Amino acid sequence: MTLTYILIFTAIALFLGLVMRNRWRVYWLMGVSALAIFLLQPALPIRSLDFWLSTLTLLLTVLGWLLTTSSGKLRERGNLVALAILTGIVLCANLTRYLGLEWTLSATLPPKIETLLAFLVVVALVLGAVAYFKRLSLKFLLTAGILLLIGIFLLLKVPSLAIATSGLIRLAAGRLGVNAAATDLRWLGFSYIAFRLLHTIRDRQSGRLPEVTLPEYVTYVIFFPALTAGPIDRIERFIQDLHRPIALSSEDLTLAGKRLVVGLFKKFVLADSLALIALNSVNALQTRTAGWMWLLLYAYTFQILFDFSGYTDIAIGIGGFLGFRLPENFAAPYLKPNLTQFWNSWHMTLTQWFRAYFFNPVTRALRSGKRRWPIAAVIFVTQLGTMLLIGFWHGVTWNFILWGLWHGIGLFLQNRWSEFIRPRLAGVENRKWGKLSLTVLSNMLTFQYVALGWVWFALPDVAMSVHVFFKLFGLT
Amino acid sequence: MTWRFLRNVLLKGSVLFLACDLLFAAWHPAGLGKVSAYNHLFPGRLRFPFGENPTQAYNLSLFDLDAMFASHVIAAAPKPADEYRVILIGDSSVWGTLLKPEETLAGLLNAASITACDGRQIRVYNLGYPTISLTKDLMILTEAMRYQPDLVVWPLTLEAFPTDKQLSSPLVSHNSGRVRDLIRAYNLPFDVNDPALWTPSFWDKTIIGQRRDLADLARLQLYGVLWAATGVDQVYPADYPRAQIDFAADDVSFHDQQPPSLDEAKLAFAVIAAGVRLAGETPVLIVNEPMLVSTGKNSDVRYNFFYPRWAYDHYRQMMSEQSQRSGWSYLDLWDVLPESEFTNSAIHMTPAGEAIFAAQLAGVIQERTCSK
Repeated sequence: MTLTYILIFTAIALFLGLVMRNRWRVYWLMGVSALAIFLLQPALPIRSLDFWLSTLTLLLTVLGWLLTTSSGKLRERGNLVALAILTGIVLCANLTRYLGLEWTLSATLPPKIETLLAFLVVVALVLGAVAYFKRLSLKFLLTAGILLLIGIFLLLKVPSLAIATSGLIRLAAGRLGVNAAATDLRWLGFSYIAFRLLHTIRDRQSGRLPEVTLPEYVTYVIFFPALTAGPIDRIERFIQDLHRPIALSSEDLTLAGKRLVVGLFKKFVLADSLALIALNSVNALQTRTAGWMWLLLYAYTFQILFDFSGYTDIAIGIGGFLGFRLPENFAAPYLKPNLTQFWNSWHMTLTQWFRAYFFNPVTRALRSGKRRWPIAAVIFVTQLGTMLLIGFWHGVTWNFILWGLWHGIGLFLQNRWSEFIRPRLAGVENRKWGKLSLTVLSNMLTFQYVALGWVWFALPDVAMSVHVFFKLFGLT
Repeated sequence: MTWRFLRNVLLKGSVLFLACDLLFAAWHPAGLGKVSAYNHLFPGRLRFPFGENPTQAYNLSLFDLDAMFASHVIAAAPKPADEYRVILIGDSSVWGTLLKPEETLAGLLNAASITACDGRQIRVYNLGYPTISLTKDLMILTEAMRYQPDLVVWPLTLEAFPTDKQLSSPLVSHNSGRVRDLIRAYNLPFDVNDPALWTPSFWDKTIIGQRRDLADLARLQLYGVLWAATGVDQVYPADYPRAQIDFAADDVSFHDQQPPSLDEAKLAFAVIAAGVRLAGETPVLIVNEPMLVSTGKNSDVRYNFFYPRWAYDHYRQMMSEQSQRSGWSYLDLWDVLPESEFTNSAIHMTPAGEAIFAAQLAGVIQERTCSK
């Protein structure tokens, strides 16, 4: 998100937070968020694809609601109004094509209106079919919804699948398939949107999902402050904020403003400055000495923190202007004494998501089954599995897999080491200086391990990462 | 926290920012560029900062001459007693477009490790800058004289002479104060009120007006890390369009001049005279730099992209006469390189071409050190 968009959204948030406090608030939030999807989706090499991806985001969201809500809810007035607003926004976004290239809401020229109308007819049929079949087999449809989202996720994140998909889309658009690239399918915020949708579908399966209206659901999934970089809120918490009567005090505004300014500083001053010198695929091969390589790696280590946590601060700040208290995503992660605590304070909402939907259920299953696994094996499997999935969430490449393994193995080793060493260090921990020394040493080791892990994350291939490791330790 | 408190914070913050902004504009800290991390935290650059692709070249173009010098290795320390200091001024052929620092003229001359007659080590500094204007060279020379050169070597080419392009180099036009001083001091044939010389308004001098320059200054310091880490200060593409060697038969003009002869009044010989005067006791060696002599289509009409034959031949004749008249040390090396030793321009040399040029110059420079 550029600084200009952030300022525009801040102004909108302030207006909505201070003025729009009536029952239409949720519709305004939904409308602005829907518009933001079209506005923020970057231009793609395939003509009109940016428009189609934005439209698909809205369609998937509506489908998600339809799957997770009780039967017959679509006919309620408020939900029909929301559906009409969303359809209107898609149509308006499309009609901007007739105002000329400079005035289109989407980054490139939207498709012709007749194409969109035909698509909307198909959408209406799909929604109707889902609403009908839901009564017959909800379980099947919920599972199908999960598989659909995971399928799209794989299409976007597995480079070979992304290239093949792009090739097919290019061919369908009458262009050469050979020019297809994985970057053709940069779908704004899909990773976050998909995980919010999966969360609601899973909670619907387990019967924990609260009943929400369509505008509430859409606002939750595509809430514009958190669209591009999270955090991944939980719907029951989000809805509480949405239902709470909004009464912004000067203190709320000050806190939100402070958070926004801190976020802007982190992102646009610290992170963007560090980005100039951070480790990347070009300078990784040019750097001549180990010392400079460490410096570049540390620059990357702090750049990724300030970039990501800066965006979170911005989201929390803008959310604050709207009366929302979005969850925290970072809590001084580089000042933690072990990897477990690091992962409890790094991208916290994503970690919590995986803990809720993978780690905890798998741990329960392994420990409560007929053949109970040994505790060490359970920890190994669950932690390694969780970290591999978090790696996949960023992209299905060898480097993300290795990054996941790096942390999974690290967490396991740290867990076992802690079990082993804790009773033996009891005497040292009771002494003031002993405890302080241990804390400092643990912090430094954890930071170093995390920083080295970024070598996998920052670079595109394994050979380059190995080269950097060799250089870091003076082996080349 | 009350609404009144919030209002006061916003008001005070705005007033404070405005005050700082106005103070900055009034004070206008021109010497800000002298504060540099180069030569302190990072080694100085071997040539001036210049680049259009900063993220890959770890280098960028800026207009702050102080910052350019402060980032250069010449500013690293006072001149050592055992150093015979040679500075090279000039255009992109001196700066070294498409050449690594060690492949430039300065790099090769330093690698040759030549000594002066009095036993001092000859150390050559690359103060070239990739725009073609004698006035730009003169402006750089003015600053460079602070670093006590023992010899100034000034490779130049006809393209740097037309008076109508002297002030259009961005580095020149954004240093209007310095250039006006030079015009007045040396009575140069340019108008001090020429619209090409950009004069900042009061608002241009505020922090907001200067934001681009301040950001460039900060970025230059940051790129020092990558300069130190990699030694890279330019992008070296694997392939590039080669210098043009085929020309149209009727393409005979040089700027707005037509055959058969150049109008001397439209060429900035006065700037060279000013440079020699400015250098004072320090000898100046003027070099007509090598250029591509085409053997392609219609090469009987043009030598290369820049020059029709009639214009360049007349220029060489004028340079030779002017040098004799004015007592300039002048070396004409225009055709020492074959066509194959040029890269993407008629004056950009290959490493091998640069080595031939350096070998020619090395002897002359060494000779100069004995003739004092």
